[in-house]
Amino acid sequence: MTAAASVVDRRDVSRIPAPLAGVVEFLRMMSRKPVGLLGLIGVLFFLFLAYVAPLIVPLQDQVDVSAIYAKPSWTHPLGTDFQGRDVVNQIVYGGGDIITTAILAALFSTLIAITFGSIAATVGGRLDQLILAITDVALTIPQLILLIVIAAIFRPSSFFALAVILALLQWPALLRQIRAQVLSLKERDFVEAARSLDLGLLHIIFREMLPNMRSYIVIHFIIAMTLAIYAQAAIMFLGLVPLSGKNWAIMLYFAYNQGALFFRDSFFYLMGPIMAIALFQLSLVWLASGLEDVFNPRLRS
Amino acid sequence: MATITPAQGELQVRTLQRSPLSRVRGNLGGMLGRPITQAILKAALTIFVTSTITFVLIRLMPGSPVEIKIDELMQQSQISYAEAAAQASGLFDINLNAPIHEQYFEYLGNLAHGNLGNSFLSRGTTVMSIILSVLPWTLFAVGTGLLLSFVVGIALGLVAAYRRNSLLDHAVSTGGSIISSIPGYLIALLIVLIFGIQLRWIPITQMRGAFTSGITPGFTPEFVGDILFHASLPITVFFLTHIGLWILSMRSATLAALEEDHVTVARARGLTDGRITTAYVGRNAVLPLVSQFAIAAGAVVGGAVIIEQIFVYQGVGLRLVASVNQRDYPLMQGIILMTTVCVIVANLVADLLYSKLDPRIGRAGGATGK
Repeated sequence: MTAAASVVDRRDVSRIPAPLAGVVEFLRMMSRKPVGLLGLIGVLFFLFLAYVAPLIVPLQDQVDVSAIYAKPSWTHPLGTDFQGRDVVNQIVYGGGDIITTAILAALFSTLIAITFGSIAATVGGRLDQLILAITDVALTIPQLILLIVIAAIFRPSSFFALAVILALLQWPALLRQIRAQVLSLKERDFVEAARSLDLGLLHIIFREMLPNMRSYIVIHFIIAMTLAIYAQAAIMFLGLVPLSGKNWAIMLYFAYNQGALFFRDSFFYLMGPIMAIALFQLSLVWLASGLEDVFNPRLRS
Repeated sequence: MATITPAQGELQVRTLQRSPLSRVRGNLGGMLGRPITQAILKAALTIFVTSTITFVLIRLMPGSPVEIKIDELMQQSQISYAEAAAQASGLFDINLNAPIHEQYFEYLGNLAHGNLGNSFLSRGTTVMSIILSVLPWTLFAVGTGLLLSFVVGIALGLVAAYRRNSLLDHAVSTGGSIISSIPGYLIALLIVLIFGIQLRWIPITQMRGAFTSGITPGFTPEFVGDILFHASLPITVFFLTHIGLWILSMRSATLAALEEDHVTVARARGLTDGRITTAYVGRNAVLPLVSQFAIAAGAVVGGAVIIEQIFVYQGVGLRLVASVNQRDYPLMQGIILMTTVCVIVANLVADLLYSKLDPRIGRAGGATGK
């Protein structure tokens, strides 16, 4: 039912011709629900912080022994770390890697889920059962535990490798949902028409069905990003990936393991990365829930 | 929905009737079609695949732990490759000279006998005995936290749905969505940081471990109290990280159930509100959450790893991180397998519970059918 509703609505939105009008319309609909708007602002803020701010703010990573675990002050608004480096500066430089990894992981897992989910649903029969069985197995193994062991064995050192591993673990839930969507779309007239015209499986999946699931995929892409951030921050906090580079989770690892926890003055040193990860996650979830309302007019009332 | 034509509506109804799961069952037919048989078959398949994955990970991958261990032994004790390989095969409990498929079957045979091999670090201690000594603590903390969050979350979600758009509804829904978006380990860190260090309300160092050392285990009030004291922080975190999920799911499930025709009819029949809430709305709304509960059980066992690390709670997660840091591969392998078995059992219980709660299930569909 919801699938049908979102399809109908998405068409209405995309009928507005000029791209600018589309953006305005989108913002107008987003602003109906404060939570969605807050999420959008939050996500834009963090994207700006992670990708634009490092171009403006100079990197400060010189060790300053005289300022170890300094209290918050005008020069260091959130204090300094165990080597006397500015915490705010590390927050600014620590977003890029983690967000890039999350975007890549979400991209890969969405691609896996879309490809195999729609193949399973359209082809059906034995293949469908096989794909579904693999998905069920993958859903059952505690993913974080498997991830920890895999990370310990392979020690992924590039964020690309990390993203691939994350994607290989988090596709199953999305695949089930895509499959369910395709199953319901499959019975609709326009797909029947395409099938009777003998347009081929790939054409039916990519040209007929996927455009109708666009809103759905966007929302799940965002959710996949939150899962990727959760998992990668977890293994980084445990110190399982080579700890090079700047990253909120690596910051947290050092803050926690260098004993900052027990310095009452370094409250903000720990709070910085915690709040950065938590608020970014919250913004993503709220953006997704706002988008759900925009795409699905039935929920809007 | 206004633009849906009657023909389309009929199509949708047809789609609903021919659910994917009932089609699968139809194909398999007979004995295999029974939900319980299916669930058990699925469980066996999952265990088999998981053990194969761990075998491939530990044994077959280039630069696999076995190869690394052989190199290590050769360098450490200046022995030949053959001697090192012989030692390594003793450690891993596999015959490295045998062809891979024989090693694989031997490994599976050992697993079938409940033999997960020996721990690298404490020689002579079986992996199984280590896991059995830590797993109950994790299951206790995770299970208690999850059940508490389920009960409280369902109650709050039901109330929120009944008072839709009230102040209470907004507070509960927003609070639920905030708390469920924040990773559990960050909540754990915040608890330690704010209540443990800054305010000093919670004696976090005393609460480490599963119980105070020196206390005599048994069903005495002191021991039970001590266990609860040590488990209270992990339980709180598992409770907080999941309550949002139950509130939000129950709220939307209840809202959907309230619009059903049979609820309107029940009202028209003059049934009491209490009876409608429990038998007509609550029961239907809670059904999809039961299968969600099983999925959450899997996620929470994984998430427990870091939470146990933060609180230094002697569960399976703390042990996993220790085994990872010490490169104790048989133990890692065993932990993956045993936690998977736990999730499978949780799933089976959810499946059985589901068919008890929903009498329609005997005919078609299972807990996982969407």
